Amino acid sequence: MADRSDFAATAMEFAPQLYSAALRMTRNRADAEDLVQETMLRGYRSFHTFTEGTNLRAWLFRILTNVYINRYRAAQRRPDESDLADVEDMYLYRRVPSMESAAASLSAEEQFLDLFTDDEVKTALENLPESFRLPVLLADVEGFAYREIAEMLDVPIGTVMSRLHRGRKAMQRELYEYAQKKGLTT
Amino acid sequence: MSDCADTLRELEPFLDGELADEVRHHVHHHLDSCPDCQQAFEFHLELKEAIRRKCSEEALPESLVSRLEVCLTEDFDGDGVIGNGP
Repeated sequence: MADRSDFAATAMEFAPQLYSAALRMTRNRADAEDLVQETMLRGYRSFHTFTEGTNLRAWLFRILTNVYINRYRAAQRRPDESDLADVEDMYLYRRVPSMESAAASLSAEEQFLDLFTDDEVKTALENLPESFRLPVLLADVEGFAYREIAEMLDVPIGTVMSRLHRGRKAMQRELYEYAQKKGLTT
Repeated sequence: MSDCADTLRELEPFLDGELADEVRHHVHHHLDSCPDCQQAFEFHLELKEAIRRKCSEEALPESLVSRLEVCLTEDFDGDGVIGNGP
């Protein structure tokens, strides 16, 4: 059983990660701050249920995800799965040839994906419908395992995998649209 | 499992570190002899890394640090004051 007096110091280490994820979830700073505060408070109150030696980061993200789903999802409800058009596999990769002249102008140290700004990638993620945004955020940004994501979202692992697949393709399409708008394609 | 279609089907679980040892071994084996698949895997690995790099670790706003100090009664910013210090 974990001692509540240890919570603040150990959990604060993860506050920046929780805040970044909260921003991607809520898409605004005020709600992200509220979400992190609520998460930390709940973590503090239920710290006695945390098993020492297990993954505190995953435990805090589970609380974050639960608080977000219960508190903010209802308020932000918008067209969801049906909203996401079917996109072909490896959408962006198949279009790399059309962006090669833009990529050729990069210096040797820069990667092709540096053609996209941080804000463009953040926006592409934030624009995904929520049931796809959370799996992509938890897998690609936070690096959680399918099993952990399935527990956080309370869905089967197969659902995590299919939402990740569709969400990633949709995000790639959005990135390609930015490339087109910026005149990076031929 | 050796052809390209089978290998590409495992692309995402491979990059997510979710494949069983045996399947992962087959994928590695195919990639060693197939530059096309190797290129596709490398692109998606770079994409996954770019998403992580570009979307993570925003600076914690001072206002949030102060709010957390109040709820958790701990002086995180070391100014000797809990919450909104001078």
